[in-house]
Amino acid sequence: MSGPNILEALDVSDGSRPQDDSPRQLTTVRGPSDTVFRVAAHGGGVLVLSIMTLVGLFLAVRGAEAIASAGPSFLTEQDWEPNSGRFGIAAVLFGTVAIALIAIVVALPLAVGTATYISEYAPLGLRPLLVGIVDLMAAIPSVVYGLWGMFWLEGAILPVAQWISTYFGWIPIFNVPNFNPGDPLATPTVFTASAFLAGLVVAMMVAPVAASIMREVFAQAPIGEREGALALGSTKWGMIRSVVYPFGMGGMIGGAMLGLGRALGETIAVYLVISPVFVIQPHILQTGSNSISSLIALRYGEASPFELSALMAAGLVLFLITMLVNFGAGIIIQRSRSGAAS
Amino acid sequence: MTITDTPRAQRRAQRPGRITRTAVPGRDGRSSHPTRPETRRNLARIRRDDVLRVVGAAAAAVAGTAWLFAQVFPFEGPLTFVVIAYLLFVGFFVVLISFDDNRVTVIDRVAAVVMHSLAVVLILALAVVIVFTLGRGSEAFLNWNFWVQDLSLAGPLDPMTVGGMAHAAIGTLIMISISLAIAIPLGLLCAVFLAEFPSPFARIVRTVVEAMTALPSIVCGLFIYATYILLFGFDKSGFAASLAITIMILPIIIRSADVVLRLVPGTLKEASLALGTSQWRTIWHVVLPTSKSGLMTAIILGTARGIGETSPVLLTAGYTTYYNLNPFSGPMVSLPFATFTLVKSPEPSQIARGFGAAAVLMVLVFVLFLVARIIGGKGAGVLSPGGQARARAASLRDAVRFDQRVPTTPDRLDVPAIPDDQEVTR
Repeated sequence: MSGPNILEALDVSDGSRPQDDSPRQLTTVRGPSDTVFRVAAHGGGVLVLSIMTLVGLFLAVRGAEAIASAGPSFLTEQDWEPNSGRFGIAAVLFGTVAIALIAIVVALPLAVGTATYISEYAPLGLRPLLVGIVDLMAAIPSVVYGLWGMFWLEGAILPVAQWISTYFGWIPIFNVPNFNPGDPLATPTVFTASAFLAGLVVAMMVAPVAASIMREVFAQAPIGEREGALALGSTKWGMIRSVVYPFGMGGMIGGAMLGLGRALGETIAVYLVISPVFVIQPHILQTGSNSISSLIALRYGEASPFELSALMAAGLVLFLITMLVNFGAGIIIQRSRSGAAS
Repeated sequence: MTITDTPRAQRRAQRPGRITRTAVPGRDGRSSHPTRPETRRNLARIRRDDVLRVVGAAAAAVAGTAWLFAQVFPFEGPLTFVVIAYLLFVGFFVVLISFDDNRVTVIDRVAAVVMHSLAVVLILALAVVIVFTLGRGSEAFLNWNFWVQDLSLAGPLDPMTVGGMAHAAIGTLIMISISLAIAIPLGLLCAVFLAEFPSPFARIVRTVVEAMTALPSIVCGLFIYATYILLFGFDKSGFAASLAITIMILPIIIRSADVVLRLVPGTLKEASLALGTSQWRTIWHVVLPTSKSGLMTAIILGTARGIGETSPVLLTAGYTTYYNLNPFSGPMVSLPFATFTLVKSPEPSQIARGFGAAAVLMVLVFVLFLVARIIGGKGAGVLSPGGQARARAASLRDAVRFDQRVPTTPDRLDVPAIPDDQEVTR
């Protein structure tokens, strides 16, 4: 009953009938409990798939009605009067993208800086606390940011907007036509409820989300490469620039794009701070802007069935843009070197 | 081969307490894994010069800005002061370093300063958000009636001592409970399906779920509004809002649960299957317990998101100032929705109530988040110190049990299982 015996026995049996040495058909016999479980799990998958496709299909079908009736003017028309047949998403789409871009331009440096600080500069004992704080911030409800923007930031930001408009008014987007900086009686109320303000509020919401993703990626940068860079005489910043950032590039882009997706879909915070207008408003510091989601929140209540279908079409466009951004972010994160582990 | 094959192993088998070669974790005092990943060392050194330069540049910047404000420029406002002081600080700092060091060092130090200040700006701004909300809300939520009354008796002009937000809090709890009652079983089942039954169909489901995480929350509300309320003709109700919240959090829960489930080590599953366990039992007794903390985190983060979202509720729940405990009939209000409605009122007292509701909501989300942090945040199969101690104690108990069993039934180990097979093969 020793080991070699068994091996010999196997050798013999195999050697005598070499034609048997072929892959066998392995069959799995499942017990009744496993069969039930398989069916249940597949059923769960089918159910979720059907709910999700139902939502998407319903949106597409109802939205297609309005898009078909509006034709190509759906993308070029600025007004929103579906009942008289004149409606399009040009103005709201422009507002949505403008607010999201302002948000991401403000949030990106904040997020990269915070992530770098937490992962590289912060004292080791402080790191878990800071990580907790930033993750916590990402969970604050958007209505709270909306309140803050409406009651605190609006007052605090007026002088800043006025200053930017006064000294950088020659840049077209910072120009405010109704405001004359030379006039001492000029009222700063032309700066309230602007796309700039909405963008800042959304930036505050987005920055922690992006920072928390970036921080996770930065922390995964290989220790060997870090210490190697330092050992070759690099300064800390040189190490960060040549090891941490290239390693975390996918995470940085992906985090920023996920933040952008969040910024595009944000409703309540934007709704609370902007005053809706239905024209393309290229002067971002001036009162009045709009976004697709706040258009839906504004108009769903008294909507006729056709108007509702137009709102669905707008929602569908927003959904498609957000989906595109999210998928892009996912692909970038996965393709990057750091994405394999996360 | 049994363990008693060699004479040495047979001798070991005769000796009580020495039969198993099972390494009991922690028995020899080493509880950590021998091949654990290397940890980062703290390579930062702060020299006295660094501190002195920062302090000196800061002092010079504050003094310089104060002088500028008083003597040269007619600027005003604390924000301008801070901005100019910061710019001056960076300038002075660069000058101070360039006395001693080269350009590379200057860039390094300036980069460090910029990173520190960006982090401070973000965390400060977020602190302002929280303190501002709590401060403005304290006017309302420091009164006891805020916690126990509804708003039915409180008009817009009534003082803070009348009326409260209990109806909204109860509404929030009812809505989120219904959503979770649907989303947790369905979400976990779907996540198990995605992780444990890989197939082309599962890939399709995963892609669709990932796409749906991008669905804007207002569109969830719009969908339920257009179907449940307009198409089927039901009234606006708490249940409709729950359905909208469910559609919103379901993809979030599935996605994060799927990630956690896929992190369960394959060796654990294979070990369980190799012992003859059915797949169902493997998942129930190995996969789910191993990833318990991650799954809890997924659920709690989904809950926090669902509680805080206003827009699905805005379209589907209706607004009320009364208690409504029945989710199927009559309007029902949630905390974020009440906040949203109240702060649009021009009356200061209504606005204060709105801030109070927002503060309560924020605290609720914080508590949920803390709970998620405490039980979750660890990788699959990573135990807390308490859990480690329990696992070690269980292993020790098993070892002791094995030790006690061996002397009483020594011949059990010599049961010749393999010779039988040999007979068959020959």
